[in-house]
Amino acid sequence: MALPPHIAAPPAASPAARAPVYALVGNPNCGKSTLFNALTGLKQKVGNYPGVTVEKKVGTTYSQHGQPITVIDLPGTYSLAARSPDEAVTRDVLLGRRSDTAQPDRVLCIVDAANLERNLYLVHQILDLGRPVIVVLNMMDLAVQAGLNIRVARLEKELGIPVIACEAVNGKGLVELRLAMSRPDLPLARHAWGVPAPIAPAVSELAASLVENDLKLPLIARAEALLLLTDQDSVRVSGSVPLSARTTEILQGWQKRWAAEGTDWAGILVNSRYEAIGNLATEVVLHAGTVGPTASDKIDAVVTHPVWGWLVLGVVMTLLFVSIFTLAQAPMDWIGTHTAMLADWVKGHMPAGDLRDLITDGAIGGVGSIVTFLPQIMILFFFIGLLESTGYMARAAFIMDRLMSRVGLNGKSFIPLLSSYACAIPGIMATRTIEDAKDRLVTILVAPLMSCSARLPVYLLMIAALLPNDRVSLVAKVGIMLLMYTLGTAGAFGFAWLFKRTLLKGAPPLMIMELPPYRLPGVRDVLLQMLERAGIFLRRAGTVILGISIVLWFLAAYPKAPAGATPTQQLAQSFAGRAGHALEPAIKPLGFDWQIGIGLISSFAAREVFVSTMGVVFNAESSEENTAPLRDALKAARWPDGRVLFTPLVCLSLMIFYVFAMQCMSTIAVVRRETNSWRWPLFQTLYMTGTAWVFSFVVYQTGRALGF
Amino acid sequence: MAAAPIKLSELAVGASATVLQYPQQDAAFLRLREMGLLVGTRVTLVRTAPLGDPLELKVRGYHLTLRKSDAAHILVEPAP
Repeated sequence: MALPPHIAAPPAASPAARAPVYALVGNPNCGKSTLFNALTGLKQKVGNYPGVTVEKKVGTTYSQHGQPITVIDLPGTYSLAARSPDEAVTRDVLLGRRSDTAQPDRVLCIVDAANLERNLYLVHQILDLGRPVIVVLNMMDLAVQAGLNIRVARLEKELGIPVIACEAVNGKGLVELRLAMSRPDLPLARHAWGVPAPIAPAVSELAASLVENDLKLPLIARAEALLLLTDQDSVRVSGSVPLSARTTEILQGWQKRWAAEGTDWAGILVNSRYEAIGNLATEVVLHAGTVGPTASDKIDAVVTHPVWGWLVLGVVMTLLFVSIFTLAQAPMDWIGTHTAMLADWVKGHMPAGDLRDLITDGAIGGVGSIVTFLPQIMILFFFIGLLESTGYMARAAFIMDRLMSRVGLNGKSFIPLLSSYACAIPGIMATRTIEDAKDRLVTILVAPLMSCSARLPVYLLMIAALLPNDRVSLVAKVGIMLLMYTLGTAGAFGFAWLFKRTLLKGAPPLMIMELPPYRLPGVRDVLLQMLERAGIFLRRAGTVILGISIVLWFLAAYPKAPAGATPTQQLAQSFAGRAGHALEPAIKPLGFDWQIGIGLISSFAAREVFVSTMGVVFNAESSEENTAPLRDALKAARWPDGRVLFTPLVCLSLMIFYVFAMQCMSTIAVVRRETNSWRWPLFQTLYMTGTAWVFSFVVYQTGRALGF
Repeated sequence: MAAAPIKLSELAVGASATVLQYPQQDAAFLRLREMGLLVGTRVTLVRTAPLGDPLELKVRGYHLTLRKSDAAHILVEPAP
């Protein structure tokens, strides 16, 4: 049989010595990462595609003869007509449009056997590329449970390419897959799909122009042309080469003509593909009669029930939340004591001096503050991994979507925001599950407003100073605490609402979310993802945090006070102390003096540092368990003219400041990494700290006017 | 006998229907069609979320969710 011209020429002959590079593609929820992990194990490298915040995963597997084979795991997508940056990367890598990634030689297309028709849509588009393709029919067990009998040999014959039945979760079919991947010669698909008549002339014209004006290979020019017709973001993604003026002109000319005629060109293309798939499916899939409700249906009847659904969500979220709070505490304490021990050990083994202080207070302290986040990050991502791989994550988003839509977000922002009550860092890292770039950015911008656990010590100290009587009712203390949490939450949702209406206008065109069948979690995948997140945090955010820690240490340690000075005197005349003085005019309207200013500056490292800084400033030994000495010292503090410094109103003003202010360099570092620029973390710092100033100002000045 | 067309958002829970019409020239709905919900495809409204929105639909053997406001743009013919 003669091959159609667009695939007649084999892809540029790769030297026999070089093993082919595979791209792994597939729909979301079809077991793609499980297969990638099963193939490559720990031989994975995770990075970023330059210019976009899309993860680049490359792994190595071995052929039957032990030769290494490179596999690029591309972001999951339902179609090559990209709607998000992730999907655009998949499209662009497959088409060889990205300068940072060579076009893969072969494509490994993973398909959910229980959901064949929708999955074959992507396969159908990929066959257009004219590259050798291997189809992996995953989750054959689920297909059987759903009463489907898939004739694998028939599908292989119809497509003319290897089709491997597989259960990636338990490794079934992997040997056969490896065998197919090792084949030096892979046939091209018997894929002779004719473009529907109204569209065909446009496709030929575009393809010719792509070859002539954009220097595309004739082999992929037709696939390119077809995708240009359905693209919704052909210019948006950075990192790919823009289209030539001539091709753009032709494209817009056809689109204008069709629009005038009322031709629904994109729809015609989709229908035509599904027609071809439908014909294939009737040949290949045998329905073994009707089956009753599946296990998934039965679980969903409870999990998304109007009453039980909330209960299940409440229990799951409480578990998640409590475990981040409690399970992380022991390892965090361990890390705290051991970094302190390490610092002491270095102190004991090095001559006193600036270098020693730099190592113990700057470097070790900085590394300690990075590592401290690891337990929370790992626990959160372990849970998120469980929720995702079981399928519950999509249900939580389904239940919460209505509420989140009130502020213009969707259900997927719920878990990142909830996690931010424990710590904004894992919360912000968890926003990667939000596909829509604007929704994701808004979620990142407001997440640090949720009162995190680092604010607790500050709140506790201020409440102690505010209500000095030990016998004051617990209700009042809890009430103030709740007020602070409510204020932060209201701020987060209020700003989300505001940003979605102004700065980042526009909802995604459609909120479509798949509810995949429930599955047992793949523990290996969950653990791998958890380690991967931890590694990314250490490498990308860790360096920035270390740098800022050293700068902050320097500001507090220099210039040196004369020998014999107390730590209080040293801090007072350091750069940080002078900065506190310089800051006083700006914070005096909030009721703060320069000494509180030092606290604000130093707690930029982490909010809880405020407490220990106040201890140094007011020369009071205090610990988290026992704030009494520091509380008394604060009570005794006075302005130079003798007025009480920490009046109840100032305590309140200070708490409100901490509710809103972006007092956390680690969050800034993570936002920098997740948004790929300094623009957003800077904007975030300004808007949050600005809001903090305004709220504290209003509260303090109103309080003063009312005579407090 | 064909039933009168209704909006997909008006379909009763548990009922099935066939898609009749998408909004003209609306690129936003392309992804939905690429996921297999074409004119002529049968769709079942499985349930709504606890707060009444979004909808859970069954299409070609899998489940997807769609907000009511989006589903209101799609015309369907209820199955008898």
